[in-house]
Amino acid sequence: MPTFEYAPAPESRAVVDIASSYGLFINGEWVDGHGTTFKTVNPASEEVLADIHEGDASDVDLAVKAARTAYSRVWSRMSGADRGKYLFRIARLLQERAREFAVLESLDNGKPIKETRDVDIPLAAAHFFYHAGWADKLGHAGLGPDPQPYGVVGQVIPWNFPLLMLSWKIAPALATGNTVVLKPAETTPLTALLFAEVCQQADLPPGVVNIVTGARETGQAIVDHPDIDKIAFTGSTGVGKMIARSIAGTRKGVTLELGGKGANIVFDDAPIDQTVEGIVRGIFFNQGHVCCAGSRLLVQESIAEEVTRRLQRRLATLRVGDPLDKNTDVGAINSRAQLDKITQLSEAGEAEGAQRWDNGCPLPDKGFWFRPTVFSGVTQTHRIAQEEIFGPVLSVLTFRTPQEAVAKANNTPYGLSAGIWTDKGSRILWTADQLKAGVVWANTFNQFDPTSPFGGYKESGYGREGGRHGLAGYLKGSN
Amino acid sequence: MSSAPADAAVDATARARDFLGVTRLTNAALTTWLHGLPGVDQVGCEARAAGLGTRSIKNDSKRWAIDLAISMIDLTTLEGADTVGRVRGLAAKALTPDPTDLSTPRPAAVCVYGDMVAAAKEALGDSDVKVAAVATVFPSGRASVPVKLLDTKDAVAAGADEIDMVIDRGAFLSGNYLEVFNQIAKVKAVCGAARLKVIMETGELVTYDNVRRASWLSMLAGGDFIKTSTGKISPAATLPVTLIMLEAVRDWRDVTGEQIGVKPAGGIRTSKDAVKFLVAVNEVAGEDWLDNHYFRFGASSLLNDLLLQRQKLRTGVYSSAVYIADDSPSTAY
Repeated sequence: MPTFEYAPAPESRAVVDIASSYGLFINGEWVDGHGTTFKTVNPASEEVLADIHEGDASDVDLAVKAARTAYSRVWSRMSGADRGKYLFRIARLLQERAREFAVLESLDNGKPIKETRDVDIPLAAAHFFYHAGWADKLGHAGLGPDPQPYGVVGQVIPWNFPLLMLSWKIAPALATGNTVVLKPAETTPLTALLFAEVCQQADLPPGVVNIVTGARETGQAIVDHPDIDKIAFTGSTGVGKMIARSIAGTRKGVTLELGGKGANIVFDDAPIDQTVEGIVRGIFFNQGHVCCAGSRLLVQESIAEEVTRRLQRRLATLRVGDPLDKNTDVGAINSRAQLDKITQLSEAGEAEGAQRWDNGCPLPDKGFWFRPTVFSGVTQTHRIAQEEIFGPVLSVLTFRTPQEAVAKANNTPYGLSAGIWTDKGSRILWTADQLKAGVVWANTFNQFDPTSPFGGYKESGYGREGGRHGLAGYLKGSN
Repeated sequence: MSSAPADAAVDATARARDFLGVTRLTNAALTTWLHGLPGVDQVGCEARAAGLGTRSIKNDSKRWAIDLAISMIDLTTLEGADTVGRVRGLAAKALTPDPTDLSTPRPAAVCVYGDMVAAAKEALGDSDVKVAAVATVFPSGRASVPVKLLDTKDAVAAGADEIDMVIDRGAFLSGNYLEVFNQIAKVKAVCGAARLKVIMETGELVTYDNVRRASWLSMLAGGDFIKTSTGKISPAATLPVTLIMLEAVRDWRDVTGEQIGVKPAGGIRTSKDAVKFLVAVNEVAGEDWLDNHYFRFGASSLLNDLLLQRQKLRTGVYSSAVYIADDSPSTAY
C-alpha cells in the first residue's frame, strides 16, 4: 500500500496585487520618501516582491506634523462613537479582504497560509472590533471619568506578526483618541501598506494613521521626534533598552513589549497527547518567531523520556515547505539574518554538549529554512537555555519538584510567557502564582484574544496590550 | 473455531494478569490501571482534531484516499425492517459498487444482524467481501451473558467473518470494569476465527477519559478492533473520539507489539469527512493503519458519496445522485 502523500494544495496568489514600488503613507496620501529604497523579499523563494522607501528624519517629521494636525483638528474633537464607527469599518474591511491579507502576509513573512488565514488576520480584525467597542465607553473603563489620550503616538512593530502587531498598536491608539505614526519592520512592510489602503477605503480622516517604512534609523527618528507624546514598541530587548535610554528624561510615555524565553512546564500528571500538541504549538507555531514562544520545555524528570519520544514522533509529521500550501505547518525563516542567528545559536547548543535532534525533513533549495529542532540534555547554563533564539528550536530541561520547576522557569532575565501542563487545578493556580511571567497558559499555549492583556515582567518589557489594561497604555496618567 | 470458550477466556485473564503485573485480576487492579492512564484534555483534543480537519487533500491524493475509503467501508444495514431482499441488495452493491466503473474497489464487509448472516454469505459467495454480524444483543447489550454468547455463536455458526459486539456500558459507567472485561473475553472466546470488533458506544461514555479507558480495556480483553458506536446513539463517530482511539491503538502497539484496528461508525456521510478521518489515521496512528485490515468505516450512505466524488474525479463533472445505483439503505448508520 503506498503512503498517503498530500498533493500540493497552494492558495492562489492571484488575489494579491503587489506594486513594483511603494511610497510612504502620510496624511492620507502616498508620497515618495527622501531616503533611499530597499527591497522586500519573499523569504520562501528570495524573490523580490517590491521596492520600499526608507523614510528619513524629514519624512518622519512630515508624518508627525500630519498626525498632530489630524489630532488637534479632527480626531480629538470627534466623539468616541464616531471614532468607533471608523474602527468598525476598518474591522469589517479587514474581514472582507482577509484572503488578500493572508496571502500577502504569507508571501512577505514566510509564515504558512494556514496561520495567516486562521490566526493572524482574524485576530487582527478582532482587535479592531474589540477596540471599536471601547471608543465611546472609555469613561467606564475604570481609568477615571474622562481619560485623555496622549496625542501623537509613535509605534514601531516587528516582523513576526506584521498585521497583527499593527492592529495591537493602531486599534487601541485610535480607540482612545490618539493619532499614529507607525513603522512596520523592514522585512515585512507589505501588509501595513495594504492596511494604509484600507484606511483610505474606510475614509479615515487624513493624518490619523501614517505609515512610514524603513529600518533602524527610521525607527530612531520616530523615537527621537520631539512632538511625539508616546512610544509603543514591540521587538527585541536590545532595541527596547535603546528606546528606553533615548526617551529617558523626556515627557514621552512608553510601552515596550520585548523578548522572552518562555518556560513550558510539564508535570507528570499532564494530559500527555495534548501536552505534546501544546509543546509543538508553543515553539513551532510561526517558525518559533514568537516573543512568547515556549522555547524552554521544563519537563518532570520521571516522564522526560516519554515526552521526548512522543515529541519526536509528532515532529516527524510536521510539514515544512511552501508557505502558501494549505498543508504547510512550518514555513520559511523570515530573513537570512535571522536564519544565521538561529544557525549560530544551535551550533552553540551542540558545542555546549546538548543533544540535537531534528525531523530530517527535506527543505526547499531556495529561501531561508530551518528544520524543527529539539535539544535535549540542556541545562540552565547553556546559551540555548538563556538566550532568545526566535526560531523553531526547543530546549528541553528537566526538573524534579514543582519548586524546582518554578525556580528554573523564573531563572531568566525575561518574563513574558509560561505554560503549565497538569491535570490538577490547584497545581495550576499555585504555579501560576509563583511564575514571574506576564502571560501564563494552563493546558494550552499561544492563545491570543483581544480581551486578554498581554505583556511582560522584567526584561520582557512594560505595559500591557489588549483588554482594559491595554487601553491604559494610550491614556495619559492611567498607565 | 475449535478453541473451547472457557479456555480462551481464561487465556485473556492470564494475559491481563501478566500485563498488569498482578497475581489475580480484580476490579481494583483494573481500576488502578485504567485510572492511571494519562488524562485527556477535552479542549486540546478537540483542537487537534479540528486542526487535522483543515488538511487540504487534492487531486491524486484525493483519488487515492477515496479508493482507500471505499475499501474500508463496512456497508451496513441494521434495521428492524431488514429483509433478505434488502440484504441481497446490499451485497450486490458491495460486489459492484459502481456498475459504470468496474475498477472501483469493493467495500471491506457487509454488516448485518445475526439472522441475516446466512443470506449475506450466500449473496456474497466466495468474494473477498466479508460478512460482519452485530451480536451480544446489539445495540443495547442489555441481556444476560449466556444470551449474548448464544447470539454471538449463532452468527459465527452462520458463517460471520467478523463479530461486532457491544460492551456493557452500564457496567462500565458503574465502575465494574472486570465485568466488561469478562464479557469481552467470553465473546472473543466464542468468536473462533472471526475477528472481534468491540463497540464502546462512546456517545454513552461521554467523556474522552472514558473513551481512552474503554479502548484500553477492550484491547486488553482481546478485541481485534475498537469501534466507536452502534449508530443508534448520537453523537456517534466524531473525529475527536476517533483520535483518542487512534492514540490508544498506537500506544498499545508500542507496549505490546500487537496492532489493533479502529472502526468509527455512524454519522460519517461525506467523502470530505472520510478523508479527514484518513488524515487523522495517517498522522496519529501512522500509515500502518491505512489498510482495511486495521481501519474501517461503519457506514451506508458514505459509499454513494465516495462513488459520486470518484466519478467526478474521473470525468471532471459532478453527476446527479440519481446516476449512482442505490441499493443501500436510505438511513445512515
